[in-house]
Amino acid sequence: MNDTLLQLNNLRVTFPVNHGLKGLFTPRHKRSVDAVAGVSLQLNKGETLAIVGESGSGKTTLARALNGLVSIASGEAIFDGHVLHQDPDWSQIRREMAMMFQDPTGSLSPRMTVRSLILEPFAIHSVALNDPDQTAISLLEKAGLSRRFLDRYPHQLSGGQARRVGIARAIALQPKLILADEPTAGLDVSVQGEVLTLMNHLKRDLGLTTIIITHNLNILRHIADRVGVMYLGRLVEVGSVEEIFNTPSHPYTKALLSANPTPDPDATHHRIELIGETPSLLSRPAGCEFHTRCPWAKAQCSRVMPDLETHTNAANLVRCHFPLNELHPGAISRPD
Amino acid sequence: MSFRYTLAGRLLRDPLAVLGLSIIVLLVLSALFADHLSPHAYAELNIANRFASPSLEHWLGTDNLGRDTLSRVLQGGRIALLVGILSVVIAGGIGLLLGTLAGFGPRWLDNTILFLFDTMRAYPTIILALALATLMPRGLSTVIIVVVLTSFSEYGRVARTQTQSLREHEFIAAERALGASSIRIILRHILPNILGPFFILVAINLPVVITIEAGMSFLGVGVPPGTPSWGSTLKDGFDHIRTTPWLILGGGIPLILVTIGFTFLGEALRDVLDPKLRGER
Repeated sequence: MNDTLLQLNNLRVTFPVNHGLKGLFTPRHKRSVDAVAGVSLQLNKGETLAIVGESGSGKTTLARALNGLVSIASGEAIFDGHVLHQDPDWSQIRREMAMMFQDPTGSLSPRMTVRSLILEPFAIHSVALNDPDQTAISLLEKAGLSRRFLDRYPHQLSGGQARRVGIARAIALQPKLILADEPTAGLDVSVQGEVLTLMNHLKRDLGLTTIIITHNLNILRHIADRVGVMYLGRLVEVGSVEEIFNTPSHPYTKALLSANPTPDPDATHHRIELIGETPSLLSRPAGCEFHTRCPWAKAQCSRVMPDLETHTNAANLVRCHFPLNELHPGAISRPD
Repeated sequence: MSFRYTLAGRLLRDPLAVLGLSIIVLLVLSALFADHLSPHAYAELNIANRFASPSLEHWLGTDNLGRDTLSRVLQGGRIALLVGILSVVIAGGIGLLLGTLAGFGPRWLDNTILFLFDTMRAYPTIILALALATLMPRGLSTVIIVVVLTSFSEYGRVARTQTQSLREHEFIAAERALGASSIRIILRHILPNILGPFFILVAINLPVVITIEAGMSFLGVGVPPGTPSWGSTLKDGFDHIRTTPWLILGGGIPLILVTIGFTFLGEALRDVLDPKLRGER
């Protein structure tokens, strides 16, 4: 049985830099940066995958590439039989792949009512509805809002309400995949919790497959099945959510987890401090791209680039020569 | 929402807006009912009574052919409004279309349309008007075409800038991600959001257009001779300014009033619709 919904092989997205005259004098490989630099992964139906990483790690670009908002430079992406890297019919794909954007209010067209916003997916794909109002109401209710909101405008909604409208729009056409870019960004912690609970319910009731893009480790614990950690446009570690949290193997994953505040006041906190800034995409470090900031870097790390692979002493797929889960067992404290 | 806070409510709290609106309403009414308000037929000649001073018979006197000035000024309001509104609607439409295309379309289209705008803006308005008017037969439609050609680029520039700032907003990406076509995005998501600033520009530009028409008629390339335009009344008055100052006043005062009226209204609209634009022009 083939239950793979999305398959990525060495996917790359590049952005041009040094346009114009200056570009003529720049070597070809410096005329563009790889925002996504070769991502391979597989997503099964019904699964929730979280992509984590800091700002500029390429996680949002990855989602936009899957939806055709930015074009794929090379590599393969196959979504439910559609070949995404060969200029496909995006209209049909976008019907099956909904996207939620970071800014809950800013991603709603400001002069449309909630009713027209929710019915828009149907209008765009010319789906005839017997009773549009009833459809809008039932979608709103699925997203946890009452019919009172039908005639409101986006600026009359709170962030959490706007996010729920966004969710209602995303599930309107019963997509096969939902790409959620920072679904809890800009929301209060209590509202974040409500939104996550809602997404969990929808996942269970509608059997949604979801990719969640986030930098918030606390939210992915509640919702993700698998986690991919991105650094400079590459995946550095992929594993199930338990494995990532319990036995993180890549130093970057460890540093991310140690930077995550824990709600337990008695927890002893061993923070792994990363030295220096994230390297520029224009001048990627040689060898392992994390070696400039890695507290455990060895000579080999600055020469040879590791692959994303399984290691004998690590449960996850890791891009590291020396996966760390045995080196410093107490280096990180966990809330449980 | 109480009336106080609606658009009209806020507009009416601004005394200058009320003044502007009253002038405009008066002007529109006098243009609509010009035939009933005019004491004489505007083309009625009375050579024996040339250059008559203002009197009860002729409130604003008569001109070099003995025609009643007041009647001609009232009829002139029709021409002014007709030319003004028609050319603003046409120029605004063209500008809106080209501007949104330039702002939303690919780089090469933007550059092409911008080049066109810049070319049109490079000529001083009245020089371009004179040049075009000499190439075309004299008449109202020529005036309108000239005014459209000289002014559409300004609307286009505003529409383009507004579109460009909008296209970076996340809701545009969100619509695209839903599968919306570019045409749908422009019509349903860009246009409704740029119409506000656009109407302000239209209100402020209407008197400019009317002045261009008057200027062309004054210079003798506007409406055909005999047509009661404010500009030609001014011209007649200018030729005989030493003897008959009322002709200048008759053609000039409505021109001043209409400019003041639309400028006040436009500025009040701007303050109400888009406080961010305050102080820009």
